Amino acid sequence: MAYLPNLIFFTLVVCSLGLFTRNLKRIIRNINLGKDIDRNDSPSLRMKNMFRVAFGQTKMVSRPIAGILHLIVYIGFVFINIELLEIVLDGLTGKHRLFAPYLGSFYNFLIAMFEVFALLVLIAVFFFWTRRNVLKIKRFWKDEMKGWPKQDADYILYFELVLMILFLSMNSTDSLLQDLGATNYIKAGSFPVSQFLTPLFDSFELETLIFLERTFWWLHITGIFIFLNYLYYSKHLHILLAFPNTYFANLEIKGKFKVNPQIKTEVQLMLDPQEVIPEASPTTPDKFGVSDVFDLSWVQLMNSYSCTECGRCSSECPANITGKKLSPRAVMMKTRDRLEEVGSNINKNKGHFVPDGKQLLNDYISPEELWACTSCNACVEACPIEIDPLSIIMDMRQYLTLEQSAAPSELNSMMANVENNGAPWPFSNQDRLQWANEE
Amino acid sequence: MKLNVPTLAQLSAEGKKASVVFWVGCAGSFDDRAKKITKAFVKILNQTNTSYAVLGIEETCTGDPAKRAGNEFLFQMQAMQNISTLDKYEVTKIVTTCPHCFNTLKNEYPELGGNYQVIHHTQFLKKLIKEGALSIEGGVYKGKRITYHDPCYLGRANKIYEAPRDLIKKLDAELVEMKSCKSKGLCCGAGGAQMFKDAESGNKEINIERTEQALETQPDIIAAACPFCNTMMTDGVKNKDQEGKTEVMDIAELIANANDL
Ligand code: SF4
Ligand code: SF4
Repeated sequence: MAYLPNLIFFTLVVCSLGLFTRNLKRIIRNINLGKDIDRNDSPSLRMKNMFRVAFGQTKMVSRPIAGILHLIVYIGFVFINIELLEIVLDGLTGKHRLFAPYLGSFYNFLIAMFEVFALLVLIAVFFFWTRRNVLKIKRFWKDEMKGWPKQDADYILYFELVLMILFLSMNSTDSLLQDLGATNYIKAGSFPVSQFLTPLFDSFELETLIFLERTFWWLHITGIFIFLNYLYYSKHLHILLAFPNTYFANLEIKGKFKVNPQIKTEVQLMLDPQEVIPEASPTTPDKFGVSDVFDLSWVQLMNSYSCTECGRCSSECPANITGKKLSPRAVMMKTRDRLEEVGSNINKNKGHFVPDGKQLLNDYISPEELWACTSCNACVEACPIEIDPLSIIMDMRQYLTLEQSAAPSELNSMMANVENNGAPWPFSNQDRLQWANEE
Repeated sequence: MKLNVPTLAQLSAEGKKASVVFWVGCAGSFDDRAKKITKAFVKILNQTNTSYAVLGIEETCTGDPAKRAGNEFLFQMQAMQNISTLDKYEVTKIVTTCPHCFNTLKNEYPELGGNYQVIHHTQFLKKLIKEGALSIEGGVYKGKRITYHDPCYLGRANKIYEAPRDLIKKLDAELVEMKSCKSKGLCCGAGGAQMFKDAESGNKEINIERTEQALETQPDIIAAACPFCNTMMTDGVKNKDQEGKTEVMDIAELIANANDL
């Protein structure tokens, strides 16, 4: 019986890690539905980029208020996770404050620091909530944020709020028990923040205090395991995916749009049928451009899972600012939603995708959105974790134009002009130098 | 007045070469407003005795608008044609007044076999000044308020923010920045083949939004470095009835005017 709590805890750890692993595997499987793209070049440059952008959050601070608040929550999260290690080991071994005897006064310093961070996180969460719900900052209230995305963002804040309060209450009751000399509650830690909570608890009997301390402890750690598994359903997944996402980001200069290698082969064959092209075999690809998630690259699919729904992209997007239907954030969210739909189709059908008569184009992203893009790269520049919505837009345009001849009619005339006269307007190429003779 | 503009065909017939090719671009060749920019730049090239030539009727669209409209085929066909022309004349260095041509030639041609040193005219002008071939006295623009609009394909796409600004400062003018500038600069609305179609429905035109940002700085001049931005901003200024107060000018025009060319 004495080992019952350890056993329960062990089961909790196994279940939550098991569930988490299962979902993570599903995400990886879904991402791998994408087409291959080589992003294994220059590993040291990629490492640097990841450290700078994901770890160092360099792009977050381009908006100072949100950037600093986010930095606090982020650093708090990383540090408090160190404490998590002790909590988990305590739970498994049945010890209390396992690290304290080994770390001595440094342990006190650590606990004090965690408490300070917990307080800072609480303050940041309060400001975040206010920005979303009281100040109603525009980018959080766009169309694509209605319903679940809005709730998700709030739930995360409530989660963090509750976890921090539980953490501080746990410490506060613990410190009282330490002062009372309760068995097991060794003198350890220093409590610069939770000491202010002791008036709430110091009138309780020893037994009640122990009960409260245990309750806070269990709720806190259970909450963390729930949160861990909530990630999968949430934009909060970015806390994990931001790292690979920045590592595998496009390192090329933004103006360089990718050249379609299959088309290159076709064009070379057309211009010079005799020429043998060694690097690529002249097979006609099944499809040009992108109409569904299977046609995207795995990096684009990973982008969609990593998106934080922060809306920085859309708030800089000239089309979105001027009321067009296009929103680069929505492009990412819709890509993810379609990928999730495909994923659950595969789950249901024993590992195989059964065609469902739907696709990313039209069912999720409309041509109207795609044609509103000016290819200005503002969204790519704005994204704090280097997501590239523009590449998806351009790939889908390629499908519309090459596979469906569905470009807007003015663009068709423009292209006909380019084809016939070598200029987007109906001028004769013979007049190209006319300007030199005019004044 | 007829401008003296050598073509590569002429030069090569005379057994001569040019050290740089001026890629005029479709807008610069055919669009009335953009032609003025072309002429201003040519006047500077002539005045500085730069060894240059144009392709003339041998130049064709780089394929940029086709690519951005989703027609990768047409883009690559255009690119192949241009690359074979440029290679025929053994061209190594290209300067252009159009950021779209600049970007495509510089970034998208190499993979198709076209490798050239490509320079935007603002970088080129800066170099001419540095080398002492060109000097500007502030002249007409001394003390004028000038705001600079970053073309997306020059700024964000290629990280060229300073060359155009340095040139404006050389005019002894007061450079005022818009609320979104440099890497956060707002698009004029023309890129991605939008120039050639009507905008999707919304509550405003992009060029109006950008022009409003520019006018907020109360400029005498809105400087641009792209023929398409120039058109969009000029339309914006007209729409706001500010033509009398604010002029939209390319940096090449500012320099040509300052030097009475
Ligand atoms: S590239 Fe397209 S989607 Fe991205 S900000 Fe510019 S117009 Fe919007
Ligand atoms: S794509 Fe990037 S900037 Fe846009 S909402 Fe997602 S995370 Fe934010």
